[in-house]
Amino acid sequence: MIRESLSGKRIAITGATGFLGTAIVERLLRAVPQCELVLVVRPGRRGAQSRVDRDILRNDAFDSLKAAYANDPVAAGGLDDETFADMCRRRVSALGGDVATEGMDLDPDDLALLATCDIVIHSAAAVSFDSALDDAVEVNLLGPHRVAQAVRDCAAIRTEPTAAGLAPGVPAHLVAVSTCYVAGSRRGRAPEQLVDESPFFVDVDWRAEVDNARRARVRAESDSRTPERLEALRDEAYDGLGPAGGPAIAERTEQLRQRWVAKVMTAAGRSRASSLGFPDAYAFTKALGERALVETRGDVPVSIVRPSIIESALAEPSPGWIRGFRMAEPVIAAYARGLLKEFPGVPEGVIDVIPCDLVVATILAVAARGPKTDDKGVDHPDVTQIASGSGNPLEYGQLVGLVRSWFTEHPVYDEKNQPISVPEWSFPGRGRVSRQLGRARKGLDIAEKVLDALPLRGRQAEFGAELEERKGQLEQANGYVELYGAYTECEAIYELDNMYELWDSLDDADRAAFAMDPKLVHWPTYVHTIHLPSMVKQARLKMAPGSRQSSSRHDRLRQQVLEPRRQLAVFDLENTLIASNVVSSYAWLATRHLDTPDRARFVARTLREIPTLLALDRADRSDFLRYFYRRFEDAPVERLAADSAEMLSDLLITKSFPAGIRRVREHRRLGHRTLLITGALDLVTKPLRPLFDDIVAAEMSVTDGVYDGRLTSVPPTGEARYQTLVDYASTHDIDLQEAVAYADSSSDLPMLEAVGFPVAVNPETKLASIARKRAWLIEHWDKSKGAPSRVLPIGPLSHGIARRRKILDRSML
Amino acid sequence: MASDSRRKAPRPGFVLDVDRSTPPILFHHGENFRLEKLPPGRSRVIYPAEPLPGLPDPEESIRQALLSPIDDDPLPSLMKPGMKLTIAFDDVSLPLPQMQRPDIRQRIIEQVLDMAAAAGVDDVHLIAARALHRRMTEAELRHALGDRVYDAFAPQGALYNHDAEDPDGMVELGRTRHDEAVTMNKRAAESDLLVYVNINIVSMDGGWKSTATGLSSYSGIRHHHNVETMAKSRSFMDRHASELHKSNWRQGEVIKNHGPRVFQIETTINNNTFGYDGPLSVLQKREWEWTARDRATFIAMKSGLGAMPSAARRKIFQSWKAPYELTSVQAGEVEAVHEATLENCFRQHIVPVEGQTDILTLGLPYICPYNVNSVMNPLLVMCLGLGYFFNMYRGRPLVREGGALIMSHPTPWEFHPVHHPSYIDFFEQVLTDTTDPAEIERKYEKQFAEDEWYRHLYRTSYAYHGVHPFYMWYWGVHALQWLGRVIIVGGNTRSVRRLGFQPATTLQDAFEMASDVVGPHATITHMHNPPILMADVT
Repeated sequence: MIRESLSGKRIAITGATGFLGTAIVERLLRAVPQCELVLVVRPGRRGAQSRVDRDILRNDAFDSLKAAYANDPVAAGGLDDETFADMCRRRVSALGGDVATEGMDLDPDDLALLATCDIVIHSAAAVSFDSALDDAVEVNLLGPHRVAQAVRDCAAIRTEPTAAGLAPGVPAHLVAVSTCYVAGSRRGRAPEQLVDESPFFVDVDWRAEVDNARRARVRAESDSRTPERLEALRDEAYDGLGPAGGPAIAERTEQLRQRWVAKVMTAAGRSRASSLGFPDAYAFTKALGERALVETRGDVPVSIVRPSIIESALAEPSPGWIRGFRMAEPVIAAYARGLLKEFPGVPEGVIDVIPCDLVVATILAVAARGPKTDDKGVDHPDVTQIASGSGNPLEYGQLVGLVRSWFTEHPVYDEKNQPISVPEWSFPGRGRVSRQLGRARKGLDIAEKVLDALPLRGRQAEFGAELEERKGQLEQANGYVELYGAYTECEAIYELDNMYELWDSLDDADRAAFAMDPKLVHWPTYVHTIHLPSMVKQARLKMAPGSRQSSSRHDRLRQQVLEPRRQLAVFDLENTLIASNVVSSYAWLATRHLDTPDRARFVARTLREIPTLLALDRADRSDFLRYFYRRFEDAPVERLAADSAEMLSDLLITKSFPAGIRRVREHRRLGHRTLLITGALDLVTKPLRPLFDDIVAAEMSVTDGVYDGRLTSVPPTGEARYQTLVDYASTHDIDLQEAVAYADSSSDLPMLEAVGFPVAVNPETKLASIARKRAWLIEHWDKSKGAPSRVLPIGPLSHGIARRRKILDRSML
Repeated sequence: MASDSRRKAPRPGFVLDVDRSTPPILFHHGENFRLEKLPPGRSRVIYPAEPLPGLPDPEESIRQALLSPIDDDPLPSLMKPGMKLTIAFDDVSLPLPQMQRPDIRQRIIEQVLDMAAAAGVDDVHLIAARALHRRMTEAELRHALGDRVYDAFAPQGALYNHDAEDPDGMVELGRTRHDEAVTMNKRAAESDLLVYVNINIVSMDGGWKSTATGLSSYSGIRHHHNVETMAKSRSFMDRHASELHKSNWRQGEVIKNHGPRVFQIETTINNNTFGYDGPLSVLQKREWEWTARDRATFIAMKSGLGAMPSAARRKIFQSWKAPYELTSVQAGEVEAVHEATLENCFRQHIVPVEGQTDILTLGLPYICPYNVNSVMNPLLVMCLGLGYFFNMYRGRPLVREGGALIMSHPTPWEFHPVHHPSYIDFFEQVLTDTTDPAEIERKYEKQFAEDEWYRHLYRTSYAYHGVHPFYMWYWGVHALQWLGRVIIVGGNTRSVRRLGFQPATTLQDAFEMASDVVGPHATITHMHNPPILMADVT
């Protein structure tokens, strides 16, 4: 019946790139060979057709259909010798449109195509739990209304009947997908009735909600631009990046501002929803969306289908098939990783999940049945719910037990290859869990602040990054608790009278092909053999004690870095190749020709200055260098050149990281260009010349054979270093995506971000956390054990002075 | 006094059979020591000879050697005004440890320079014949030659380190009948007279090796510093059984025919490494003759050293200057001079030993030729044990073929970054791939030898040549082929394994491990070294 009814019809579908939409497309292509589809997708940059091809038809949902076509196209419902691709070309058209904009961005040609459709299935929605209030309003509230509007417009412009015989002027049947949760957070029966028919519905003017949501956006945008806010955001950016240079900080500040606005808008959605008795903005906007649709539909026949929480497929297109990481999965994954030790909820409460194929079948059955009419032939919007809570409830406690027993048998392994034992939940109230998480976060916050204040590098700094990661995970867990907690506490029972009426009307063939009875689900089997096995694959959880993932990842990254086709390897000097800095090289050079008492005085003076110098360096590196290099004023060029040759051995090589030097040479051997960009002085770096094809260093100008302590150009640090790199690459025709950069500090961030393969070497805390987040290669290079150690970087006395002193001593005797 | 009589009538080296009354035996252990009880009944200890008396008037002996040389004309007669004179001298790898001032080289060179001045020679260069070793620092040159010589020549650029990688500084003198290239420092090669000043601490040094290796480059040296030659040098301490020396002598022939006239001055020193008195003198006494004071000194020293950080220990030992005395000086024609030198050298070092042993034990000291003022890294441990000490034999090795070598050394995972940069990479890149000398030579030698960065560091910094760690490995080839097992006692486990050897915590454990290859009742011989001894095994 369903197949016959839909055969020969052309069906438009919105939201086909989503989880449910993809399943609908697949089912129609497979089970109803004679229908055609018009998929309304946001065209994006690549265009609608390309999105249909890439984002829908390439999904693994179509694997079995593709195989069937490869095997026997006729048996699969296609034409002779037809491939899957041919069939798609024949039956599927792409149409660019966006339900979030007025008029859906449809031009007359689009409307003409849409006008050839007999049925429109609207499944596009903003389901993300953190979507902004106004986004949810545009898509979920106004979306159905706009689709109905388009259906009306189409009917008006249709000049000929559609292939299935829908006459000009007659609007297509609109099947709108909503959610059971429009009933709000409440207990008791929730029958299949329009939202405003419910005694619990607080009737608000949806138009006013739209206006307010839009105004909230405007307000949030302007609030985010107040001087105080911007200053705070800039401080935050600086805390995160350190002295990374103006442009990097600016970019980060803007990012943070947008994130701040998004957060405000999410919060606005959540609070407005809960004020009206909904678990979140999604349910709230969906409810008003139904209202708006029914109110403005005009003569468009409308059917509403309300699923509860849609989960992975029971059987079709394949058992366990799921698209994306959805509602319950992140929670279950967090639990399996041992991250979520407590989760709120009532164990007797019903968690209303429904496999996606049952939802698809219901939608198609509703579409096949057509609009519901009364005795007089007048159509009325009707509601069909599809949920498991009333007929085949899955209790929250049971679900947790099933999940727990499965993960006890199939544990997730941690990075040390130990199985993680899953905790037993005690079903505490939501408040207690939130408080616990809050306390843990506070502890981490303090630990992080302490670490940040310490001048750490390398492995210790990575500990800071780990803390930050843990904090991120906690934050995520907190998000789940806040959001899903509301759902688990929702104890409404969704009634399925209309659904069963439909089910009863089906013949056996339909029941086999379009199974939708929730009683068909055996929860233990579903959870243990269908949902969790597919979910752990989706979530890429580590289910076997394999090789140590972190080290193999490290090896893989290192291999990538050392691939012959890389073109350039650019290095920072200080703390990347050599455990030294401009102050120590200056001290070395300056003391080399000083007599002992002068040396002592010099050391005392330098030690006194260190706090000032460090502060200056932290604030702005190029200012620091400029300030510092003034000290070389009046230094004779020739003598420094001779001394710097000695300094190569006594300071640079002594303090070098042999593994770093080896890496430079490995790059050279592989035929990569090697480049050193450093704020150190050129006279210091000159002896390192044979390691590099080119060196960009700070240069001082010379007058009459002495340095004047002024730099000839901006020292290559921060964004100047980035610019130097970009200029260098363009001069030498190098693709920066094929370049590798090594640096130790967040002030090198612009340079690291510019290349395809950034490497953090002995990173300080900020860079360590950035590198970890972005999965960059992190190297720990040490000084050679056995290197002579010296507390103060003081040059060995030049022998001329040693001699003179000896002679003096003798003459005194 | 006992020490006085010992100075006048030193006792020769000898072999002690260990019985129950034998006290624990001293093992050098890097910058520290171990006292080890050896199993009685099957162990023996070879003791070096006590120091021979030094020449009573070294200055006069040197003068005599220069004025009445062997198979050559007196040095003054070889000097003419306007001539080009080059004096080459052994570098910082000799003697070990560095000797107290005045160094022998200073004594000799001052006399040679006096004679040159008297003859009106003013074009004189002094060159440290370092071959592929690191440059000597100013302080080291001053120590070896004295401040007077240094200040007179260094500022003018007439005293410097040989540079085998100077593209304009080397010449090829020709090829041997085995097609071995002979290269030499250009200044030395173009001199009218090349005076070579040597210190023979072991019998490997001197002869044509001084000039053919010391002033040569990689392209000349690689003909004998390779796996094949070293495998055939049994031992390389025995000049007449050493393929290494045969190759050097062939190169010497080319020098004789196509190179400068060479006037060779060779010297030998006695075994007085640690002095007759003073804190370290106990180290050259036989254990059962230790006095109560010796014992106290030793215990204090050992516990003091144990409490110190390794850098401090290293500093103490590296600053030790040995009170070596000159035992002979001979000058003139290279080969004849060298024969006399060997005789004098063996006079001090040779200890007759009857029969081989199953297990040879060695206590490795803190120093070898390549870590003066530096760090004894794991590769040097290998070279000192399996290269130098293992080869301290004449006739046949002290240990039987397939036997075990047990060495005691902490073998720290430490490298001097300035002196041994290519060693670090050899250890990290080459030994992680293979420890087989032939494979190492085939796969990696050229790459390291011709590396631009190592070349730069060899020339301008104080680094050993890029190829030098390979020679350390080749030095042990004979031992690697000969031995059934190598065990290091008290070494860093990771470093020892990286070397391809087995780590043991105690000497007892090591004996147990060795029993796998030599059986449970194996004979044990401990070579009590340093001071230096050379076993004449019959």
